[in-house]
Amino acid sequence: MDMQTTTQTFSLAQELKPKKPYLTPFNIITVPVILLGAVLIVMRFALGLGSVTNLSQDFPWGLWIGFDVLVGIAFAGGSYVISFMYYILGKKVYHPIVRVTVLNGFLSYSFYAGALVLDLGRPWNAFNFLIGNGFGVASVMFMVAWHFFLYTLLLLVEFVPALAEWIGAKRLWKAVNWVNLVAVVLGITIALGHQSGVGGLFLLAKAKIHPLWYSPMIPLLFLVSSMFAGLCMVIFEGSITSRAFRARLSDEMSSTHDIIVINLAKVCTGIMAVYLALKVFDLFRGNTWALLATPFGAWYLLEVAGFVIIPGALFFSGSRKESLPVIKAAAVMAMIGIFINRFNFVFIAYNWTEPVRYYPSWMEIVVTLTVIFTELWVYRWVINRMPVISERPRWAREHGQNKDSDDKLYQAV
Amino acid sequence: MNRRTFLKAMGMGSGILLGARPRVVYANESLPDAATVLVDATRCIGCRLCEEACAKENSLPEPDLSDRGVFDRKRPASETALTVVNRYTIEGAEIHVKTQCMHCSHAACVSSCLVNALKKEKEGPISWHTNCMGCRYCMVACPFEVPKFEYHSAAPRIQKCTFCYATRLVNGQKPACVEACPMEALSFGTRSEMLQEAKKRIVHAPDIYVSHIYGEHEVGGTSWIYLSPVPFGQIGFRTDLGTTPYPVLTKGYLKTVHGIDLIVPPLLFGLAYLSRRKRDKD
Repeated sequence: MDMQTTTQTFSLAQELKPKKPYLTPFNIITVPVILLGAVLIVMRFALGLGSVTNLSQDFPWGLWIGFDVLVGIAFAGGSYVISFMYYILGKKVYHPIVRVTVLNGFLSYSFYAGALVLDLGRPWNAFNFLIGNGFGVASVMFMVAWHFFLYTLLLLVEFVPALAEWIGAKRLWKAVNWVNLVAVVLGITIALGHQSGVGGLFLLAKAKIHPLWYSPMIPLLFLVSSMFAGLCMVIFEGSITSRAFRARLSDEMSSTHDIIVINLAKVCTGIMAVYLALKVFDLFRGNTWALLATPFGAWYLLEVAGFVIIPGALFFSGSRKESLPVIKAAAVMAMIGIFINRFNFVFIAYNWTEPVRYYPSWMEIVVTLTVIFTELWVYRWVINRMPVISERPRWAREHGQNKDSDDKLYQAV
Repeated sequence: MNRRTFLKAMGMGSGILLGARPRVVYANESLPDAATVLVDATRCIGCRLCEEACAKENSLPEPDLSDRGVFDRKRPASETALTVVNRYTIEGAEIHVKTQCMHCSHAACVSSCLVNALKKEKEGPISWHTNCMGCRYCMVACPFEVPKFEYHSAAPRIQKCTFCYATRLVNGQKPACVEACPMEALSFGTRSEMLQEAKKRIVHAPDIYVSHIYGEHEVGGTSWIYLSPVPFGQIGFRTDLGTTPYPVLTKGYLKTVHGIDLIVPPLLFGLAYLSRRKRDKD
């Protein structure tokens, strides 16, 4: 345990500097979009939501809630599932991806739940639920808002070890490792509440959501689908990261990538089977079989058969044959299914009898892309600087005589 | 955020997540003393003086009452017209129906609001307050599609019928629309008085009225109740809403989450301990 081995000194000015090359395809595409999005965001705050969005009295929620919040939060579900499998069940195989998943979760919550502020009509009141200017304890939204807030803080705590290794703060690193498991346990608990809660919001929309989708089981369906949605995102994001940041990958990361993906595919198969069973059970519960023969029934069948059963089957065969392309295709299909499902609740199967429909405006789409691209910029900045997918500093690896920091962590309990 | 405020916020947060229970009262009590308006669709002639009085009371653009073309299609209330009268022609007879917020006894909007910006006042009306953050969940929740949002304002409000609560009711006056009605199609009183009056009218003239008071039981009861000469489904009312108060729809789920927040952490610690011990043995 030689604390003197770090010879490099940490310089914030050096770290903040953008890294070359500047003219990458990613930069060329994202910078104009982000600039345009910034103009639209100014417009939205100056002139009201109606100046930028196609929202109406009949469709109060649109793309920003549907994608940024509902889909974004489901895709961030990987952080609690991976934390559960690694820290709670002790599945060591996931060790290399724990950090990057936590980082993704933290950024997703910061940006996507953060993008909620863009959608709030009166954003200066955004923190009223925290400071007690009205505690609406009977509101699912209140529960979800608190859970979002606390979960983002807990993910930050989980990520502090990487921050500490980055700036070489050994005392902070030691201190945080002790509270880490507490953060993990509370984080998983709270994730159960708000992943189901974003679905629970729609329990009140009984009069508006098509009976094929409306169900007292919405919270459970949202929770279970967030589990595989999150893991699909981990698979998808992992295959991009391992290509885009090839030079930064630690040996452990690059040597275990395939086996992790195959393991995740097995887990996804199981979760999607459970989800499918719940969906079928829900048809019996609501006795809505006859509605399957209507146009909305066809749309429902496309969602469930096309984007749950098929990707589920692909995960199954992909994990048996250990075929990464099949698994990745399954992940993408399942993610499309999540888009369809969440959009159904917000504006497709919502107010389904209304003849005038909602479509997102091009400006809503640009702002959504701005949120995504800005998040990717921050992600890239962090990945390029902090030990997330790359090798940890030697002092952190050697801490505790060959046991890695996470083993230490278990002993703390 | 320094350490103290952080810990305070965390403590407060977990208190709310773990301890507090949603305080929603319904049971069978139907708020007998709540301020209530009885709308009699057999008496309304579609003069729209109520619309005009409402616009004046709330400083909104006044409607052109001479424009009879407004009856050509069904109009919803809006952020600039908190009440509107629609005309339905049923078997040759013209029936006029005033719409506005129903001021539910146990309202979806009130239970949906995370900052209590929509409040059920003790006198019965539901009013909107400026601590609203503009999330528009109330619009998603309301089964009558009542709350409207000012999409073209940088400081938008949720607009809906106020029951003239702050401007008139607290001073002992009737709502502006009730006072303006020349046909006594709108009657104002307590909920029990109005229900009694409605039942009296049905009993005295069973040929004129359908034997149903809309709002007596719908979604657990409302503070605007209606009498009609034809089944309510024919004059723009939803008849599929049931009698369950909307807050009930989320109550069980919220209790489950409180349970999860209490039970799951010890379970996870236990599991982590077991999986750790198992691996040490191997």
